[in-house]
Amino acid sequence: MKGTPIRSVLTVCAALAMALLPLGSGLDAQGKGTIKIATQSPLSGGQAALGEGIKLGAQLAVEKFKGPLEKMGFRVEVVPFDDQAKPDVGVANARNIIADKDIIAVVGHLNSGVAIPSSDVYKEVTLAMISPANTSPIVTDRNYPNVNRVCGRDDVQGVVGSEFAAGLKAKSVYIVHDKTTYGQGVAEFFRDDAKKKGIQLMGFEGTEEKSNFDPILTPIRAKNPAVLYFGGIYDQAAPFFKQAREKGIKARFMGPDGMDSSDLTKIAGKAVVGMNYTSAAGPASALPRAKGFVEEFKKKFGKNPEPYAAEAYDSAAIALKAIAAAAKGGKMPAREAVAAEVRKVKHSGITGDIEFDSKGDRKKSNYFVLEVVSDNPEKWGDNKIVKQLAIAAPAAKN
Amino acid sequence: MDFELLLAIFPQVLLDGIILGFMYALIALGYTMVYGVLEFINFAHSEIFIFGAFVGVEILLALRAGGLLETIPWPLVLVGVLVAGMLASAALAVTIERVAYRPLRGAPRLIPLISAIGMSFFLQDVIRLFESLWRNAFNLVYPSMDALNRRFEITETIDISMKSLVVIVAALAMLWGLHTIVNRTKIGTAIRAVAEDQAAASLMGINVNRMISLTFLIGGAMGGAAGVLFGVQYSLINPYTGFIPGLKAFTAAVLGGIGNIPGAMLGGLVLGLLEAFAASYMSLLTNGAFGAEYKDIFAFSVLILILILRPKGLLGEVVRERA
Repeated sequence: MKGTPIRSVLTVCAALAMALLPLGSGLDAQGKGTIKIATQSPLSGGQAALGEGIKLGAQLAVEKFKGPLEKMGFRVEVVPFDDQAKPDVGVANARNIIADKDIIAVVGHLNSGVAIPSSDVYKEVTLAMISPANTSPIVTDRNYPNVNRVCGRDDVQGVVGSEFAAGLKAKSVYIVHDKTTYGQGVAEFFRDDAKKKGIQLMGFEGTEEKSNFDPILTPIRAKNPAVLYFGGIYDQAAPFFKQAREKGIKARFMGPDGMDSSDLTKIAGKAVVGMNYTSAAGPASALPRAKGFVEEFKKKFGKNPEPYAAEAYDSAAIALKAIAAAAKGGKMPAREAVAAEVRKVKHSGITGDIEFDSKGDRKKSNYFVLEVVSDNPEKWGDNKIVKQLAIAAPAAKN
Repeated sequence: MDFELLLAIFPQVLLDGIILGFMYALIALGYTMVYGVLEFINFAHSEIFIFGAFVGVEILLALRAGGLLETIPWPLVLVGVLVAGMLASAALAVTIERVAYRPLRGAPRLIPLISAIGMSFFLQDVIRLFESLWRNAFNLVYPSMDALNRRFEITETIDISMKSLVVIVAALAMLWGLHTIVNRTKIGTAIRAVAEDQAAASLMGINVNRMISLTFLIGGAMGGAAGVLFGVQYSLINPYTGFIPGLKAFTAAVLGGIGNIPGAMLGGLVLGLLEAFAASYMSLLTNGAFGAEYKDIFAFSVLILILILRPKGLLGEVVRERA
């Protein structure tokens, strides 16, 4: 038994050495340290198709544009987080993100209702957030120095939608929304402007229902509106529209950019062919500079980029540009410096030229009205652009 | 107020409510039968229900991939899928009982309850894992069959679709079948005997464990049938879809008197109708102040009222005293 203590000491030493070895060698290769860019988007659940696109878009951009930072001696990494489209999960992830000192920029989120509370956490340490997809006005109207977005706003998008409905000479509209910050928000902007344009509002209804829409659809069918608008996201809208057509509702279907996913036709099939949706982020096919991106994306990941993947690509590119600017002296940049640089960036991205105004909105965003052309999900990218507008973001209200 | 509109949609709302009610009734039977024999709530029943829906959709998708969906007559496809869903869910229910509940038979009553909740989470994520590996999908869609989407117009505002008819007919057949088994056969008598007094039943030569397994089998089969019908009617399912209907069906079972089989059927119908009427009429009656989103609040308020007046449910709790 005498040998045991010595042997155990030796074992511990060996174990320690083993543990330290990779750490030591890692330090050599890292040089000045690792720069991490986090993505936050739903990677599981019903909206994972879009969330995955955001993650992959950002990854592609980092691989392409990390060169200058690597030359300075940094290692650049993407750290994906799954916010599950839930505000509480997003905030918990945000706490983990600010605790990791190496993370100096965030690309995300998909849902405004998740982005708003999470960005409160980022603001505590002035961590730059660049959003590819959050269209709720509240996101930037809070005037946070660290929050920016490359997409448009719902108060503009709702009006674009109601203008289109008025252009169709629609006399009446029935609006259903999903009771989230995003869905109800854009539905209200649509409603208010439609009323101003003299379109009769037949109903304004919120629902969290995911499968059985019968009881909501029965009064809609009896009232027979010309347009049926759903303010929400495709995983709920698709069964809603499918059941509406099956129930014999003849209205023209409309929705906001939450409809913009091939999963809409995958679930609803023929029911949504011919429906219109507005978008604050055009399809990649409409963006002349995104051609190479689409091909590269397909080659690397074996599928078409979902909407917002191109926006996430630009967001990540802007983040890298700002980090490079903030790291001029070759030192690891501070989070505040990166956030300040993001505001100043002038980027010619694949979704167009991007500059931010004083509150973090893109100075000029593109808005689209699209029409679903086929019930084949593979052909989602071919959806017809009915209208395309470039509109400046409204000025800050305070 | 457009009173005419209220009147015009009344039959349609009634129909919607009945379909939803039958769905709840079929699921509620699983809760109430298990409570009847074991006096505990099988919270994994909502996953047993949705498992049937998943088996159904997998078969239909496989048939479509093989190009057989159009060639085989639709009633045959439907019956086949229904039977497969019932068998699969019944097998799952019996397995759950054997693995998660039987070892805890002697434990205090809260212990199997926790085991049931754990089982529920476990099954949700197993289904999610399987579907994400197998189809790389979260939401699955029942392939639509044209024959089932045919609608029969009764008046301008009222019609009934083929699949609604199918759901009603199938649900009625199930309920009638169950009623016959429980009340007219020897097995049914044995199950009722076990429910009344396990010790006495075993003294009479009844194999108690087998009767309990049988109870899970029947309840699971009803749940599986409800799952397939749910998929056919509402088309979109995901691994977490079962939770809310399961909770509502549990409520229906309590409303009708937990442990009471006709009570579960009645409770399901009442809850379905309450929900449908609340969702369709609330915003019309209150001029938009209270919309369809308050349907559950309304339905559950009525439930609380009923349970205050009749604490044992509409038809009373399971009969424990000697007949």
